[in-house]
Amino acid sequence: MEMPAPDASVLSRKDQIVERLRSVLAADAVISDIAETRAYECDALTAYKCPPLCAVLPANTDEVAAVLKICHDMGVPVVPRGSGTSLAGGALPTADSVILGVAKMNQVIETNYDDRYIRVQTGRTNLSVTGAVETNGFFYAPDPSSQLACAIAGNIAMNSGGAHCLKYGVTTNNLMGLRMVTMDGQIMDIGGAHLDSGGLDLLGLICGSEGQLGVVTEATLRILHKPEGARPVLMGYDSSEVAGQVVTDIIKAGVLPVAIEFMDRPCIEATEAFAKAGYPMCEALLIVEVEGSDDEIDYQLDLIMKIAASHNPVELRQAKDADEAERIWLGRKSAFGAMGQINDYMCLDGTIPVSSLPFVLKRIGEMSKEFGLDVGNVFHAGDGNMHPLILFDANKPGDLELCEEFGAEILKLCVEVGGCLTGEHGVGIEKRDLMNVQFDPQDLEAQMAVKDVFDPAWLLNAAKVFPLETSRSRRAA
Amino acid sequence: MKPQTEAELAEIIAGANGPLHITGGSTRPIGRTKGAALSTAGLSGVTLYEPGALTIVAKAGTPVTTIEAELAKENQRLAFEPMDHRGLLGTTGEPTIGGVVAANVSGPRRIAVGACRDFALGVRFVDGSGTIIKNGGRVMKNVTGYDLVKLICGSYGTLGVLTEVSLKVLPNVETTGCVLLHGLDDATAIAALSKALGSPFEATGAAHLPNGIDGVSVTMIRIEGFEKSVTYRAEKLRDLLKGFGEATIRIGSEKDWASVRDVSALADQKGDVWRISTKPSDAAALTAVLGATAVQYDWGGGLIWALMPEGADLRAKLGACDGHATLIRGKADTSTFHPEPAPLAAITTGLRAKFDPRGILNPGMMT
Ligand SMILES: Cc1cc2nc3c(=O)[nH]c(=O)nc-3n(C[C@H](O)[C@H](O)[C@H](O)COP(=O)(O)OP(=O)(O)OC[C@H]3O[C@@H](n4cnc5c(N)ncnc54)[C@H](O)[C@@H]3O)c2cc1C
Repeated sequence: MEMPAPDASVLSRKDQIVERLRSVLAADAVISDIAETRAYECDALTAYKCPPLCAVLPANTDEVAAVLKICHDMGVPVVPRGSGTSLAGGALPTADSVILGVAKMNQVIETNYDDRYIRVQTGRTNLSVTGAVETNGFFYAPDPSSQLACAIAGNIAMNSGGAHCLKYGVTTNNLMGLRMVTMDGQIMDIGGAHLDSGGLDLLGLICGSEGQLGVVTEATLRILHKPEGARPVLMGYDSSEVAGQVVTDIIKAGVLPVAIEFMDRPCIEATEAFAKAGYPMCEALLIVEVEGSDDEIDYQLDLIMKIAASHNPVELRQAKDADEAERIWLGRKSAFGAMGQINDYMCLDGTIPVSSLPFVLKRIGEMSKEFGLDVGNVFHAGDGNMHPLILFDANKPGDLELCEEFGAEILKLCVEVGGCLTGEHGVGIEKRDLMNVQFDPQDLEAQMAVKDVFDPAWLLNAAKVFPLETSRSRRAA
Repeated sequence: MKPQTEAELAEIIAGANGPLHITGGSTRPIGRTKGAALSTAGLSGVTLYEPGALTIVAKAGTPVTTIEAELAKENQRLAFEPMDHRGLLGTTGEPTIGGVVAANVSGPRRIAVGACRDFALGVRFVDGSGTIIKNGGRVMKNVTGYDLVKLICGSYGTLGVLTEVSLKVLPNVETTGCVLLHGLDDATAIAALSKALGSPFEATGAAHLPNGIDGVSVTMIRIEGFEKSVTYRAEKLRDLLKGFGEATIRIGSEKDWASVRDVSALADQKGDVWRISTKPSDAAALTAVLGATAVQYDWGGGLIWALMPEGADLRAKLGACDGHATLIRGKADTSTFHPEPAPLAAITTGLRAKFDPRGILNPGMMT
């Protein structure tokens, strides 16, 4: 993966830049020692690393504005960072960039149960947002598997999803307002405790813009009361076609589960060896969860079980109590870890129309043989968001490149069948150079024109999202 | 002008040498603009419908009724419940799906499931230079590149002319129930709605009509789903709201919500109609200072529809508030849309200059 060559004039001014940043921040909030900047050299896409020029950890919005003003004036690139769990390299620095981390800004500013929102600083982790309201019976719905670590800042930048988004939507559907600082140091509030915009929907535009339009420092998030209960069922099938049909039939029957998760044989095998969740050995496994009171759950599951049973399952198991529910989820939740035990893996994130599921799985299986790399599939089946995990050996020369090539082919396939390159992880650097597969030049031009408005000098996280060649003239200007 | 294809539309815009006034079904004349009429009604038809994937794709000029009929065949629906403005605005014509998206039109269910913008998965549009642009797609989860779908949704044709939209749809419900409280004042009613919306019982509508039927106020909470579950939740809500008086439960009634959606209460009365989106718990106090002839609350109080004496500047009375007010009907001598704070106004201006450099798409519309 190519990254732009660092700007020599910035590198040569490191001392002045650090000194000016020190003049507006607490002493321990500017990290410039090469041994310490290493901590910021990558995110969860660990194949790519580069220590930044320095890292800053401002304590509030005003300090963020002061930092950005300085960087703007001195022509220094900035890469915003939340918790660094991006799987797309969204928070990967360049050697001439300042990492602006919001990790110190993790306070709850306001909770309002009557109007059902919470206002937080964006360095707060996803799970601790729910943590702040759960004693009152409330929760924040988007739940990425990384929720213990990832920050609301990154969630907003990537428009992250989670296992329960079939019912509750992704970040953008649960974000009501934000405070943001643009690259020139201007602070602005967008949205608030009310719904929808009175003008252009800038909130919707900023969510998912991967830290390229501004640094988001505060967020107003919708909170909901927890359901009375939830219960999963597990079903196993002899073919992914049949499992795909079951998913479609459930959706068409008018039941809307909160989650429909899918695992294929390689993934089931790895998970069983690792977590011993008691999964059946079969071609395709589904976990379907519904919510409500006990009676409501019984009623919905009854419908779902009937559909499931009519397709000849090899296994059909309804959780009888909390313990069994946990066991059903255990395997799914440890799937990534289990695959990681076998080898290094690369996690893809394309989305496909649900109807193409069997075809795409079959093609992935064929490609797996062609490339000689194993793949496990675990994903959110209700919305077609796939997570093929390609196994490779990072220590074997050429294996990473082969894996990336394979990954690119899978993503192209997703686009071919009417889907997209990324459903929730974002483009970052990882899918940057594939953007031309999904978009025509004028589509990308329209998106880049938006960045021109927010960040005319292209200093903010500029080497991401758009193919380097496509954005070159703008970045060089 | 009424182009029949996207290419033809693009050619018209590229060749235009003056302002264009873009219309779908002409049923929502919100905002003021001048220009040669350009209709999208010729671009019509459902291009793809996949019930199992909960998605429908249609050309912008497709009548909403066509979409609804198509969805009904599979027992599905547009869950964001787009309002029909014809009654309130006294217009005739056929609402189009492009118009719904361009104006981000939603209804009472917005409070639970989201607005039109939350169901918009993809768009094709022609910008002010005549360039055809696509964004988003036809799948439910998609974070590939910037979300221009949201930017275009609710931009009233000022950034581009929609040619095709792709929407997420949801299953229809077995039955609808309503929990009704009677005789509450505005503030108390909104407190009751907050309590209902803050419960696990999944209200999908929360409205308050101060003039109710026969002058007695009525507070309405909607529950939808399987019959058994609707009855169960209606009873739970009635118990939960005991402190607000004796609630009545009605199972199997949908039509009350169509009149909330279309703001029928204000339709036949003289005066200007304003739409205010605000923080629900502020709503009653805001309304108290407006001097409105009549009001209706939706979205648990967060959406206020106010009927004002003709020409009155509601915004001046409203003062600073968390939210915004739009003049939906009337001739008040003020901007239709809420003025934005300076930094946002600058961004809006910048975006317009990029998407419509000649300023020919519905000029002046969103001011
Ligand atoms: C094991 C694992 C499981 C995961 N599961 C999921 C999942 O289920 N669903 C899902 O969607 N994702 C998942 N992810 C991906 C990742 O956790 C999300 O993308 C997350 O939102 C990133 O948050 P972060 O705070 O770590 O952001 P970072 O990695 O720090 O940054 C991500 C992006 O946000 C930008 N950014 C950071 N802070 C700001 C700010 N203040 N203002 C503007 N831009 C900013 C960065 O520049 C970067 O582009 C997973 C990752 C891992 C490692």
